[in-house]
Amino acid sequence: MKTLSPPSATLRVEAVCAAYGAQTVLHDVSLTVAPGEILALIGPNGAGKTTLLRTIGGILPMTAGRVQVDGQNLASLSPMQRARILSVVPQARQMGGAFTVAQAVMMGRTAHMGWLGHPSQIDRAAVALALRQTQLETFAERPIAQLSGGEQQRVLLARALAQSTPVMLLDEPTAHLDLRHQFELLSLLRKLTAEKQLAVLMAIHDLNLVSRVADRVALLVDGRLQAVGTPGDVLCPKILRDAYKTEIEIVYHPVTAEPLVLLADVKGPISS
Amino acid sequence: MRPYFPALALLAVALLLSVSLGAVFIPPGTIASILAAQLPGLNIAPAWPRAAETIILAVRLPHAVLTLLTGAALASSGAAYQGLFRNPLADPYLIGVASGAGLGAVLTMSLHWPQQLAGFYLIPAGAFIGAVLTVLLVYNLARVDAIIPLTTLILAGVAVGSFASALTSFLMLRADDQVYRALSFLLGGSPMAGWQPVLAALPYMVVGMGMLTVLGHPLNVLQFGEEEAQQMGLDVRRLKIWIIFAASLTAAAAVAFSGIIGFIGLIVPHVIRILWGPDYRRLVPLSVILGGAALLLADLLARILLAPSVLPVGIVTALAGAPFFLWILRKAKREVFW
Repeated sequence: MKTLSPPSATLRVEAVCAAYGAQTVLHDVSLTVAPGEILALIGPNGAGKTTLLRTIGGILPMTAGRVQVDGQNLASLSPMQRARILSVVPQARQMGGAFTVAQAVMMGRTAHMGWLGHPSQIDRAAVALALRQTQLETFAERPIAQLSGGEQQRVLLARALAQSTPVMLLDEPTAHLDLRHQFELLSLLRKLTAEKQLAVLMAIHDLNLVSRVADRVALLVDGRLQAVGTPGDVLCPKILRDAYKTEIEIVYHPVTAEPLVLLADVKGPISS
Repeated sequence: MRPYFPALALLAVALLLSVSLGAVFIPPGTIASILAAQLPGLNIAPAWPRAAETIILAVRLPHAVLTLLTGAALASSGAAYQGLFRNPLADPYLIGVASGAGLGAVLTMSLHWPQQLAGFYLIPAGAFIGAVLTVLLVYNLARVDAIIPLTTLILAGVAVGSFASALTSFLMLRADDQVYRALSFLLGGSPMAGWQPVLAALPYMVVGMGMLTVLGHPLNVLQFGEEEAQQMGLDVRRLKIWIIFAASLTAAAAVAFSGIIGFIGLIVPHVIRILWGPDYRRLVPLSVILGGAALLLADLLARILLAPSVLPVGIVTALAGAPFFLWILRKAKREVFW
């Protein structure tokens, strides 16, 4: 299974339920992500976006349903086997900050190297490629803690890329990034998704980024999937108003006609 | 390979000083001849006083070897506990593991096995059980969801450790002479005499430290958090069991025959991180080497500071270690340094 470019594969989430203790937090969630596609997962705070990613990734056990990648049931695989199929880009956190960028990205090869962590030529090549694709080569020997938030998020993406999996999950990768870093990260993700034919599922908070980066959108509310479709289908006033329980306006991009989401005017009519 | 040479050189110097210095100075040349004469096939005519041979072979050498092993065990298990807890202050002493192991050792001793090698071999096993129970208890008390905050870890460690120490003291009051003697060394923290404890500790330590050395890479991955480590392919539950098993085996064998010695497991891995970075594949073997060297040097101080009387080495490590602990505590609030 030692390959730099993984074979492409489709992620199928089928009627998945999950619970924290006695409280069910995901109800019958089904979705499909095809190779070369980015599916954006949106929804209000507490809707279960992170929970769904953790369930698909095998961290939280599901109480019903299954997750399949090319006919393989992920729940029946060991963590090592699963990590060759599915990688996760978490939100940047203050962990492992003393390791260098190159060391951290090499750890993404754990599923291929095994417990001893002895890198082969293929492992080294995969790390070099991931560092080049994320433009981190010049930072390779720097401790992660010395990098900016945007650069740290790129390290996590590079680590997942080095993992060489056909499926990638991302949890709010643009949170805490400024505009330039949001743009850089998302355009990189878009490019790599096409090149490597990755199946990408990305939880994202900023609705206006959705139509710019995602092929399709899934809206999660209270642990239930409310809508799945193109950004044009899902990002409409009625659906979003119900989901977010707040007044919003949709305007359309003057050139591309992509839907853009605005909060209703909170200043109210100006009275004199 | 760069860090290994200076580390091994320091260990060699510490070992030589430890065997050579004491109430009687024995020159390194004489030590070398005495050791060479032990080798089969070499016929070396003894050109040294009979007493020197006895001092080296029956007293100083076993003492130095046990001290070296103890330091190596405390430092490497300290490094592993720090990796497990993802916390720079997790030292076998501070998280209560040493006290738990001590209680296990004392309970085993008070079962009155004849003081032969067979009975000796069981003392680390008792200490091991005490250590594992303590780690599990402290781990679960200190854990808040997915993270183990520094404050709860230290508080849980101190509480559980104090409880185990109190039970040990209680057992001591009720013990007869033989056990009492064994216990007073344990509480003071100084290695037992003779080759028997060395032989009894060695198998536990070889297994424990060998496993910790092999676990370097997964310990690295674990530093990014348990969830991320699992997403990268590690069976985290099994990994934690192996770490606890290996580190507790190592620490327990040290406590069983050298008593409770604090701060070596804190200082040594920390200095290595500052000098050579956080990579556990290096940190563990370097902790073995430099932990041995550090405790040999501390023991040397303990023997010569107030000569001819000998301090428990635990006092020397605490004198050096407590200020060091406070320094790291201050630093930990400000920086990401591991």
